[in-house]
Amino acid sequence: MRKIISIVLLGIVALGIILSLARIPFGVSKTKVGGYYIDKGREETGAANIVTSIVVNYRAFDTLGEITVLFIAAVGLGAVLSTRKKHKREQDLEPASLVLYTGCRFLFPLILLFGAYIFIHGHLTPGGGFQGGAIVASAYLLIYLGCRGRRIPEAGTKVIESLAGLVFVVVGLLGLSFGGYFLLNFLPKGTPNVLFSAGIIPIVYIAIGFKVGSELAGIIDNLMEESR
Amino acid sequence: MIYYIGAFGLIFIGLFIILVKRNLIKVIIGLSILDTGVNLFLISVGYISKGTAPIFSKPGIESARMVDPVPQALVLTAIVIGVAVLALALSLAIRLYHHYGTLNLRKIKEQRW
Repeated sequence: MRKIISIVLLGIVALGIILSLARIPFGVSKTKVGGYYIDKGREETGAANIVTSIVVNYRAFDTLGEITVLFIAAVGLGAVLSTRKKHKREQDLEPASLVLYTGCRFLFPLILLFGAYIFIHGHLTPGGGFQGGAIVASAYLLIYLGCRGRRIPEAGTKVIESLAGLVFVVVGLLGLSFGGYFLLNFLPKGTPNVLFSAGIIPIVYIAIGFKVGSELAGIIDNLMEESR
Repeated sequence: MIYYIGAFGLIFIGLFIILVKRNLIKVIIGLSILDTGVNLFLISVGYISKGTAPIFSKPGIESARMVDPVPQALVLTAIVIGVAVLALALSLAIRLYHHYGTLNLRKIKEQRW
């Protein structure tokens, strides 16, 4: 009964969406602002990756709000899980085999290096702070799953997260003091397609990478602590 | 057009799971599928036929065939936020399980505090 009602409801919604989407052409350019970013983005921001120039330059204030949402979700998860009494029920888990343990310890720095590469080169290649941060957090997930008993210090992730957020806001305020508006790209743009180019974009994206990485690592830490 | 069908297929699968299933973990899985479908729909709105990624990686790339970068920039942050919100939902599920001893929504509704 419940399934039939759901299917009927979804069918009505689907009909409405089909009727409205049939008028929109597929595969052609629909917005003018996207074309403007593609045409002018490289001269105005110095970044070869237009998506990065939108995320960190044209709409950097929006990105600041979005990493705040991420921060609030991480804090909420910590608050929800930490109200339980910490029961020390250290089960004697079987230690991982030598091959698994050594493999994890071997791969961990390489994954960290790859994540750092992704977020440092965010303005040149596909990638950036969000993706690089997720890769860094996956390295910590590997440590938690593979090498049991090891854990990241909780205070360390908090400090890195706060410092990275502070760097973002301070760079924005420096733009305000130099040129008159928040998150102005006040550093020299340099030549495109070079690592040291695009003004504040690499700095802000590295800060975002550290912030996302430490937040996701903190989330993993909280969830693994709960399952123990 | 196949992208729209795929995206809305995922969205309706997710909505159907949310409406029908009674296990909270399955509802959260449905939310995740719904999230993926919405992201895919946003990306496919910005698609241009035979387009390339909006990155000037080599000197001589023409800009006329680049896909719309704005939906990509929006989805980029939405994916990471989706992961964090999923983790928050799972933590609430963990708390509910410790409180009620079940994840079945029907049984949780019957119980009083």
